[in-house]
Amino acid sequence: MENNKETNRAPISQKPLVIEKGDKDAIGGLVEIEINGKPFKVPLGTTILDACRQQNIHIPTLCHHEDLCIAGVCRICVVEVEGMRVLPTSCSFPITNRLKIKTSSENVRKARRHILDLLLSEHYGECYSCHRNNNCELQKLAKEYGVDSYRFGHVTQRRHEIDRSSYSVIRDMDKCILCKRCVRTCIDLQEVGVLEATHRGDATTISTFMDKPLADVVCINCGQCINRCPTAALKANDPSDDIWRAIDDPKKHVVIQTAPSPRAAIGEEFGLPAGTSMTKQLNTALKMIGFDKVFDTNFTADLTIMEEGTELLLRLKKALVEKDDSVKLPQFTSCSPGWIKYIEHFYPDYLDYLSSCKSPQQMFGAVIKTYYAQLNNINPEDIVTVALMPCSAKKFECNRPEMNDSGYKDVDYGLTTREMAQMIKEAGLYLPGLPESEFDNPFDESSSGLIFGATGGVMESALRTAYELVTGRQVPFSNLEILPCRGFSGVRQASVKLENVKPEWSFLEGVDLNFMIAHGTANAKKVMEALKRGELSNIHFVEIMACPGGCIGGGGQPIPTSKEIRAKRAEAIYKEAAGLTIKKSFENPAIAKIYAEFLTDGPCGHLSHKLLHTHYAKRGKYIP
Amino acid sequence: MPIKNKSVIFDRENLNKENPKEFLYKALKMSPSDLILEVRESGLKGRGGAGFPTGTKWMLASAAVSDKKFVVCNADEGEPGTFKDRVLLDEFSDLVFYGMIMCGYAIRANKGFVYLRGEYRYLLDKLLKYLDKMHEENLLGKNILNSGFDFDIEIRLGSGAYVCGEESALIESLEGHRGESRNRPPFPVNTGYMGHPTVVNNVETFATVPIIISRGAEWFTTVGTLNSKGTKLISVSGDCKEPGVYEVPFGISINDILKLVKAENTKAVQVGGASGHCVPKEQFDRALSFEDLSTGGSIMIFNESRDMLHILKNFMEFFVEESCGQCTPCRIGNIKLLEGVEKVEAGDCALSYIKELIELGKSMQLASKCGLGQSSPNPFISIMTNFENEIFSQR
Amino acid sequence: MIEIKDNILTQEISELIGKYGNGREALLPILQQIQAKHGYVSEFAQQEIANALDIHPVEVYGVITFYSFLGNKKKGRHIIRLCRTISCDLAGKDAIIRTLERELGIKFGETTKDEKFSLEFINCMGMCDQGPAMMINEQVFTQLTPHKIVDILKNFR
Ligand SMILES: Cc1cc2nc3c(=O)[nH]c(=O)nc-3n(C[C@H](O)[C@H](O)[C@H](O)COP(=O)(O)O)c2cc1C
Ligand code: SF4
Ligand code: FES
Repeated sequence: MENNKETNRAPISQKPLVIEKGDKDAIGGLVEIEINGKPFKVPLGTTILDACRQQNIHIPTLCHHEDLCIAGVCRICVVEVEGMRVLPTSCSFPITNRLKIKTSSENVRKARRHILDLLLSEHYGECYSCHRNNNCELQKLAKEYGVDSYRFGHVTQRRHEIDRSSYSVIRDMDKCILCKRCVRTCIDLQEVGVLEATHRGDATTISTFMDKPLADVVCINCGQCINRCPTAALKANDPSDDIWRAIDDPKKHVVIQTAPSPRAAIGEEFGLPAGTSMTKQLNTALKMIGFDKVFDTNFTADLTIMEEGTELLLRLKKALVEKDDSVKLPQFTSCSPGWIKYIEHFYPDYLDYLSSCKSPQQMFGAVIKTYYAQLNNINPEDIVTVALMPCSAKKFECNRPEMNDSGYKDVDYGLTTREMAQMIKEAGLYLPGLPESEFDNPFDESSSGLIFGATGGVMESALRTAYELVTGRQVPFSNLEILPCRGFSGVRQASVKLENVKPEWSFLEGVDLNFMIAHGTANAKKVMEALKRGELSNIHFVEIMACPGGCIGGGGQPIPTSKEIRAKRAEAIYKEAAGLTIKKSFENPAIAKIYAEFLTDGPCGHLSHKLLHTHYAKRGKYIP
Repeated sequence: MPIKNKSVIFDRENLNKENPKEFLYKALKMSPSDLILEVRESGLKGRGGAGFPTGTKWMLASAAVSDKKFVVCNADEGEPGTFKDRVLLDEFSDLVFYGMIMCGYAIRANKGFVYLRGEYRYLLDKLLKYLDKMHEENLLGKNILNSGFDFDIEIRLGSGAYVCGEESALIESLEGHRGESRNRPPFPVNTGYMGHPTVVNNVETFATVPIIISRGAEWFTTVGTLNSKGTKLISVSGDCKEPGVYEVPFGISINDILKLVKAENTKAVQVGGASGHCVPKEQFDRALSFEDLSTGGSIMIFNESRDMLHILKNFMEFFVEESCGQCTPCRIGNIKLLEGVEKVEAGDCALSYIKELIELGKSMQLASKCGLGQSSPNPFISIMTNFENEIFSQR
Repeated sequence: MIEIKDNILTQEISELIGKYGNGREALLPILQQIQAKHGYVSEFAQQEIANALDIHPVEVYGVITFYSFLGNKKKGRHIIRLCRTISCDLAGKDAIIRTLERELGIKFGETTKDEKFSLEFINCMGMCDQGPAMMINEQVFTQLTPHKIVDILKNFR
């Protein structure tokens, strides 16, 4: 996935120059250049920007983002190159010969300052009334360049209406600086194709098809554009006011579930380096804020594994033993709501391949307003369920009309990592300084559900459980870490051979269980196209996550994001998981308990079908 | 409407005597490298405005390694005040197409595009008919004139966007995208249409090549100045008795041009269209050439009765609307320059703010992504400096 | 989900695809043809074209809004485009504006009630030596005077 820069849309000339090893033009592979009078050697084809960064020379950027193809439109990164009439942009300029570069000459400083002044003159609003205050790249540059007045005026009137139509993403084009990161995210990185630059000249705006509200187009709510927006033009739909109100209401029993990925990332909002896990401090913080109970989403992640794994085995049985060809294989995971909306829009004829399981978030909501309410004798009407998620699509998901199988809205609010951090700050707490505490009963034990956060995690957990159910033995990997599931390559494929199976699974004897993992919808598209061409006939199970890197790279996670940051977060999750004693979902005592006490007809039984499974809508990509 | 004065190059009578088809015949007998060398020797520079040496451009494209290459004729002629390509396409389309074939032969491309601006659609049928005729006469298609060389020309229409005259924006437009110019490097000669090496030349550049081939590079260098060889078509409009297309040798002074077109009481001449420079009366002895006043062909004449601020405003409105809108300096910078003009118009603009805007203009010239934003401050800077007295004395 | 039934437009688009291919480079020629025939590219047409070329509808929309000769809204049957750049301006564009607006009873940027005429400005169209100039659809008219306008409009009514 990370080599996603190869898309058919990005103009070929704008792609970074890649010099293959052994390229005959790359003699020696190094070019000598001079930056600010000092000589350096850099590999042929390095951009001036990268060369400068390697030398710790800071060059401001706005439209540049390492996950995206080069745009070269903001022009803030200009440098002076001897012999050139104009100032080239360092982000787009591949070094192929001996250049003499100046990074802060008079012309360069003047031009950058002018560009900033121009951007600020069109940028509506004041920094103190903006949710990106202190985390805004434009603001940061204004400070860096000592901007102390609006040299070319300042807009005082709104020119665009804020688009609040979506449950997940809010667009405020008055804050947009037209860096096109969202466009490149949406079209190139995610290949969803909702946002594009439209009109031209002074009328240029980033817009949806026919300027429709975001809720009416094929947006999958993944929020990747939010994570890459340098300003506050894009943000998630923030429910924290409503949550505060619920907390303040003594009649309400407010319950929060926290997913693993926010816990591995929320520290970044408090200035900690990426990859610092804050699970237990967070528990304390949430209690102090006033949540009545704090639960671990891992519990329903385990529940998902039980349900989804069983569903897979049932499908296999139907297909292999009963030769029922109405059964669709491979089975696709269904825990990523962005992916669900993607397939509903773009592959509506393939919905039967999806597992019917709800996502862990929604399972939890349903369980809380039924099982938990019964256990504790609380009127479900008085329960408010909040889900702390790394995800903006979860906000849409909990508002889907079919998600009220408990008889109430299963999950009332989806809250992102960023919004949670905001609430904690508002409560006057400094998260890293808080004491540790545990999750609340009865959902306090967790196992492999933890690793759901990273791409491949669902697959790994599911395999551990399914393998052991079928063979009675543990998966043959040291420490149960199924390494082929890990890593960040866009589409991965691996298999596990099932041997010496238990008698009831004899039809699986000798079968290679083939599975596939993809993250980012651009990769999901590759998988779906392969499925369309009939190339996945030997695959049994496919995990798809809508966001690059999986949930740890979700649209609700702290900004900024990069490959490195995502890898660090994943590391934190795997580290925490390695320390757990229970590593398989079915060994989680809370799981055993809920099947014994509540879901008595077992995984995929009648009640679990009612509460834990769902159905999907054929949306299609045409817009009325 | 033909070329108004006696022309050295584009003279149909002369050409008929020489039979242009022979030019093509001659070119295809040469080796591609000799052909390029001949063009290089002639010192021919691009007629579209930027003035890049044509021979060098072809050489670079010829040296690029690729299984496919393309030739593009830039017939987007959008610069205000330019209409000489229209006359060439109307009356000398044979020379234009021959020039394209020669270029294709020289760089080993087999496909050429003419990017014809949408406003010239009425020329399309005639051009298509002419292409058909060339096919019939084996001047186009497979094995042209039994030389073993295949070449075909397709005409694509623009849809009303000035910036699509910029070569990389033009290529974007050919590829079906918004006409937003590309980062350079890489240049079109290496990475052009569909990523293949592509030569983009102006209509006049292509039309001149067959003449050079026929009469020899040396003949061509006898006209013009040291760094600007040959003659140039100019399109003259504005306050004069005889507007139209003229062929003049490089090095001609503004004064001589004014005489040629019978202009009187002239106050200023805009050379190079909206993105060019405004030359005041005191400088009318300056010469038309790449060294001094460079132009893609547009000469606009303003007499004493004209309000320079009004003219400037018209230019700036043009750029605000025609900027592709992708890069900051051009998109917002032009708006600020226009706002400045409007402020002056309303009589509430400090002189110091104009100075500030001129500085902004200089940054735009340096930091914009393409030629549009790099040259759009030209009229602002030249009119505001050369006519400061006039503009501010009235307000 | 919206089911797409084959209709005339779908058929028309597939014919154009047959002619120009289904690569992205076919986009502009196809849009130009649809524009010429229908006077605009409808929302549905944009989605059909996007589908046929395997690109996103918003990309088609982005392209349409970039070029001034393409539109996504229905306009008058005859689109009158008057050049507003400097040479035509100096040659007396303002008088022509007033004449056109009075003759048609609409302002620039508007369409007559009977949907026959739309008035628009255009930037330099390369007729600077013969200004003021305008285009009606693809036809060019030069050296306009108020009287000439009246005669020209008669032919289009
Ligand atoms: C905004 C802009 C508009 C241009 N318009 C034209 C044009 O209409 N015709 C043209 O031949 N060149 C135009 N050019 C110049 C082209 O980019 C390019 O330099 C030229 O086509 C190269 O051909 P030549 O070397 O034969 O001049 C334009 C450049 C810019 C920056
Ligand atoms: S200079 Fe103007 S026209 Fe050129 S890329 Fe920038 S915005 Fe577009
Ligand atoms: S960061 Fe280089 S142009 Fe924007």
